[in-house]
Amino acid sequence: MPKKQGVFEKLKIDLRVGLFLAKRELQRANKWTTTLIVFVMLLTFLNLVVVSGILVGLIQGSLDQNKKFSSGDVIISSFLNRDKVDNSQEVIKIVENLPGLRAYSARYTAGGSLQAGYRDVLLKDEKPNSVAGQVSGIDPQKENGVTNLSSLIVEGAYLEPTDTESIVVGSFWFRKYNKNEFPGLTTFNEDVKIGSRLLLTINGASKEYTLKGILKSKVSEVDGGMFILDSEFRKLAGRSDYNLNQIAISLKPGTDPVIAKKALLASGVDKDGRVQTSEEAIPQFLDQIKTTFGLLGNAISAIGLVVAAITIFIVIFVNAITRRRYIGILKGIGIAPRAIIISYILQSLLYALIGAIVGSILVFAFLKPFFDANPIDFPFSDGILVATVSGTSIRVAILLLATIVAGYIPARIVIRQNTLSAILGR
Amino acid sequence: MIKINNLSKIFQSGDAEIRAVDNVSFSIPEGQFVAITGRSGSGKSTLLYQLGLLDRPTAGEIFLDNLNATELSDNDQTRMRLHSLGYIFQDYAILPSLTALENVMVPLLMQGLEEKEAKEKSIKALSRVGLSDRMHNLPSQLSGGQQQRVSIARAIGHEPKIIFADEPTANLDSETSKNVLDAFLELNKEGQTIVMVTHEPEYSALAHRIIELRDGKIVSDEMNK
Repeated sequence: MPKKQGVFEKLKIDLRVGLFLAKRELQRANKWTTTLIVFVMLLTFLNLVVVSGILVGLIQGSLDQNKKFSSGDVIISSFLNRDKVDNSQEVIKIVENLPGLRAYSARYTAGGSLQAGYRDVLLKDEKPNSVAGQVSGIDPQKENGVTNLSSLIVEGAYLEPTDTESIVVGSFWFRKYNKNEFPGLTTFNEDVKIGSRLLLTINGASKEYTLKGILKSKVSEVDGGMFILDSEFRKLAGRSDYNLNQIAISLKPGTDPVIAKKALLASGVDKDGRVQTSEEAIPQFLDQIKTTFGLLGNAISAIGLVVAAITIFIVIFVNAITRRRYIGILKGIGIAPRAIIISYILQSLLYALIGAIVGSILVFAFLKPFFDANPIDFPFSDGILVATVSGTSIRVAILLLATIVAGYIPARIVIRQNTLSAILGR
Repeated sequence: MIKINNLSKIFQSGDAEIRAVDNVSFSIPEGQFVAITGRSGSGKSTLLYQLGLLDRPTAGEIFLDNLNATELSDNDQTRMRLHSLGYIFQDYAILPSLTALENVMVPLLMQGLEEKEAKEKSIKALSRVGLSDRMHNLPSQLSGGQQQRVSIARAIGHEPKIIFADEPTANLDSETSKNVLDAFLELNKEGQTIVMVTHEPEYSALAHRIIELRDGKIVSDEMNK
């Protein structure tokens, strides 16, 4: 018998023979069967990527909107045990010199109430026509530069820098836009419209404003907010120290918020307030939902993966069982079992790879752009499809790994049968 | 070249024991053309499967070039089949999804030859059996005789030390059978050792030596006059 080959040389030969056999098998296989298997792999891939991508996308859409219409890329806010950002005007100077800055908005915030029909005499036990929420004092132009609030106006108009007598209110406070009926919810009566006079009270001080516009988004800070000019807020709330509550920062495209945050920290801003990227500033419940949906998506993907593995297993097993004689002949003429197994693994890998490639094209060329342009309309977010190249690559790798195992096991089972029995069909 | 000592193959059928090959011993020197004959059920094919290392005997030893093949692992037996043995089956046993050329190429690739070299050798082997014009045909596009010639080309392509042929003409007409046997004689003339199972006296008469089996035992072992 000839000298035994080295491990790598033998593996190289087994791979070459496996590839030779797999290539011919695939070339001469029934085209419809191959198409069907590839289609199953495509659906599996879509199940892996799209289902979890949409689940995560529901929350991601909410986070994106929170960033777009509220927090900006980076937000500086008061410490949890402090009312305001200390030395706000110094902080503003640092922000203005921040590399990559596109725009910023300085905000004053406080709890307040807004009352309509406050001159009317209330009957006994009649509830006042008022709501209570967060009031923000803003520079409308600067705020628009960061959050583009004016684009969210659904009725009336956005604030102008000279609108000292106007207020813009979120849609949450209007029955027309908020159909919720949960106990304790207070909204304005139907008679409050654009042009209505409303009494705003902050820290016991009140002033009358005209309702200029109604904002509607899917961000609670906007929908539940009330917005007046910053100069008005300072006067009404007695904020003569000019210390702010929030500074929302928008960065130029391509600027990393983490680097911007580091630059702010390096400038000592963290002594005066909390610096957070939009990711860090997301409400805790959204963060928890994101984690839960991520887990749910992974669980659904895992089930899809098992189904795909079983499909491949069945396909390869049926193929190997029906070709038992073929395998027997190969072994009979001296083809190494490993080369035969490799040929089956390569066949199943190719099915999965074609499914994954077609699936990736579908996801990145069609589905993702489609969902970006036409988000799914959910009550709390505009759901998008979250699919990153790195995340998808990991899922492709998992799919291929599952395919290798699913191709190997049935081929191995059939290979282990007695060579002569396989040849003679016993 | 081949030495067999006390070889037995026993099958169990319920409580009954069937001795398909019963304590057989003989040896075959290099270059000999041996015909194993006998009636149906005499154990000649079973003996050939043991000699060709396609099955393991119940007892006894098979020495191929002084190497005790019965002691080899399954993988080593597969390697021995690849490098030293060629097998021709009664029903050709060629791979249906491979062309004639590819059928012959597979063992050569497994031996480690590059594709180009394997192809050249395969074309030579197919030409020797007169199939150079059908080498790109699939088995389904070939007649029985042509398929058997592919099987012969595959058996000789990797230049084995011994060729085992199990009733190679059983499914062929007399004209095609003659062509196949002519090919064997030509190979043998070049020094190829051949062990052929046949129940046709006319064909066994072409061999140097005829071993006749009955009930798994050798009843005669004679050189052909």
